[in-house]
Amino acid sequence: MSALIEVRDLSKVYTRGKQTVEVLHNINLDVQQGEFLALMGPSGSGKTTLLNLMGGLDAPSGGSITVGGERIDQLSGAALAKWRASKVGFVFQFYNLMPTLSAQKNVELPLLLTKLSASERRKRAAIALQLVGLADRAAHKPTELSGGQQQRVSIARAIVSDPMLLVCDEPTGDLDRQSAEDVLTLLQALNREHGKTIVMVTHDPRAAARASHTLHLDKGTLVTEAEAAAA
Amino acid sequence: MKYLHLIWAALFRRKGRTLLTLVSIITAFLLFGLLDAVRVGFDQAGQSANGARRLQTGSKLSFIQLLPITLGARIAQIDGVKDTTYANWFGGAYQKPENQVFSFAVAPNYLDVYPEMQVSAEHRKAFAETKDGVLVGEGLARRFGWKVGDQIPMQSTIFPDKNGSQNWPFKIVGIIHVADKKSGAWYDEMFLLNWKYFDDTTPWNKGQVGWYVTHVKDVNQADRVLKAIDELSANSDHETRTMTEQAAMSSWMKQVADINLIVTSIMGAVFFTLLLLAGNTMMQAVRERTGEIAVLKTLGFSGPSLLGMVLAESVLLLLIGGVIGLLLASIIGPAVSAGSGGALNLPAAGLVSWMMGVGLALAFGLGVGALPALRAMRVNITDALAGRA
Repeated sequence: MSALIEVRDLSKVYTRGKQTVEVLHNINLDVQQGEFLALMGPSGSGKTTLLNLMGGLDAPSGGSITVGGERIDQLSGAALAKWRASKVGFVFQFYNLMPTLSAQKNVELPLLLTKLSASERRKRAAIALQLVGLADRAAHKPTELSGGQQQRVSIARAIVSDPMLLVCDEPTGDLDRQSAEDVLTLLQALNREHGKTIVMVTHDPRAAARASHTLHLDKGTLVTEAEAAAA
Repeated sequence: MKYLHLIWAALFRRKGRTLLTLVSIITAFLLFGLLDAVRVGFDQAGQSANGARRLQTGSKLSFIQLLPITLGARIAQIDGVKDTTYANWFGGAYQKPENQVFSFAVAPNYLDVYPEMQVSAEHRKAFAETKDGVLVGEGLARRFGWKVGDQIPMQSTIFPDKNGSQNWPFKIVGIIHVADKKSGAWYDEMFLLNWKYFDDTTPWNKGQVGWYVTHVKDVNQADRVLKAIDELSANSDHETRTMTEQAAMSSWMKQVADINLIVTSIMGAVFFTLLLLAGNTMMQAVRERTGEIAVLKTLGFSGPSLLGMVLAESVLLLLIGGVIGLLLASIIGPAVSAGSGGALNLPAAGLVSWMMGVGLALAFGLGVGALPALRAMRVNITDALAGRA
């Protein structure tokens, strides 16, 4: 397998007022094509920051990030937005669906940035909803769906434009046990059956157990599982 | 266009707030439509092909100062004058003071100079032969249910008769028809009495006239003729000021009230309040959607496209309200005019009013949307998703 994501000497420093906080320090890691990687660590360890950097939502303070052979740390804001639209799907802890739009319209959102016709957009959104088992809920608004269903809609939105990478930030953090299992099963299927590379941040060891590989972060650096357990 | 459903959904995200804001915008543009129709109506007074050939001569001091009857014959001698006539303001009201009518005591040849007012030969003859006879506009007759042959009492708010009574009896001897109802609404409300009867009856007039109206042969000679008329009375105790009918109308109205200033002041205050209200609504709407805007940015929507979407939302809000308000003005104005029997003339908003209204809605939409749109464009994704924005 070749590395889809190559992170080299990555650092991220935040400045809040007069305070400077180094959130990530000298991170080096590879994520292989088709890998399902779980990032674990205590709150404030920098896992979401690392995920945001790999998803092109934030710019690093130092080092490089190469995704699919492209140095995304060198892209302009507009180029990065285009890159995200075509290469990455996002799944958030709190689903982040548009409350005024139906499930179908929510799933169609990323396709608005393509040149697809309205009928083609509808067709692809319907397929994505079918894939997550919610074809019969297409007309429902987010408030008319359970948490698990909303998360599945958000997964459908993440995969509808067929991105090479899915980044998931605590996708089961707001769900009950059964819904969490359903969502993890779905992510696993997307990884195994559809070859999607997934990077998932989680606190939950059961969720991490579904991944093919787990990395631990502590105080902005990657640590071994033993070091993480000892921390 | 493919973002329209997103813009529409965002606009009605909080239906109650948007509807209340819309009601304010509709009210503001309804007021604009009605007031602008009034302004345009006043602006257009005297603007006609016939009006361009007519000059009005009044006292240089004030429109309430009178002029000698002898001046008319001298005006008629000026080269380029086709005809000259005169009139006095009567200040009539029917039954109660608030029923004011446009009532003038006029010379026998008055109608010759105003072809806009069409009176049958029979009625003109009756008017000439009946001392207390009056001609009334069709609209005015309809308003009060008058018909030819009716004896009506009219109260002059200015002139008493020889006995000191301000109640004048008149006999309706004819109806004034107006060919062009749109530009001649003023004539449709006219009440004309014989100047001779007026002068004989009131001890206040003593052979004087309120103003002269001069019909010039060639409109290009109007400027020379009006100067010549004023020269006739130069350095006398009754110096005159002669103007074209349009300028005279405008000057007369400005002595009553500066309609443009009133309309502009009222609309300025209304629109200023509207800008604050709509601006506040848009700012709130975008602030509470910061998280959703961050999600759209995450999905790949660019800053400029989000700026455009918020601006479009703001423009759409103002345009919907503006167009509904102007439509209502176009319906309510004529309805009020019809309901008042012509006492109030509020024509439907014309093309100019519509263009100005839609232009203002667009400009206000862009104005109130600018700050929220910039805010949307600059949303930092990671801060907004973490709830720090």
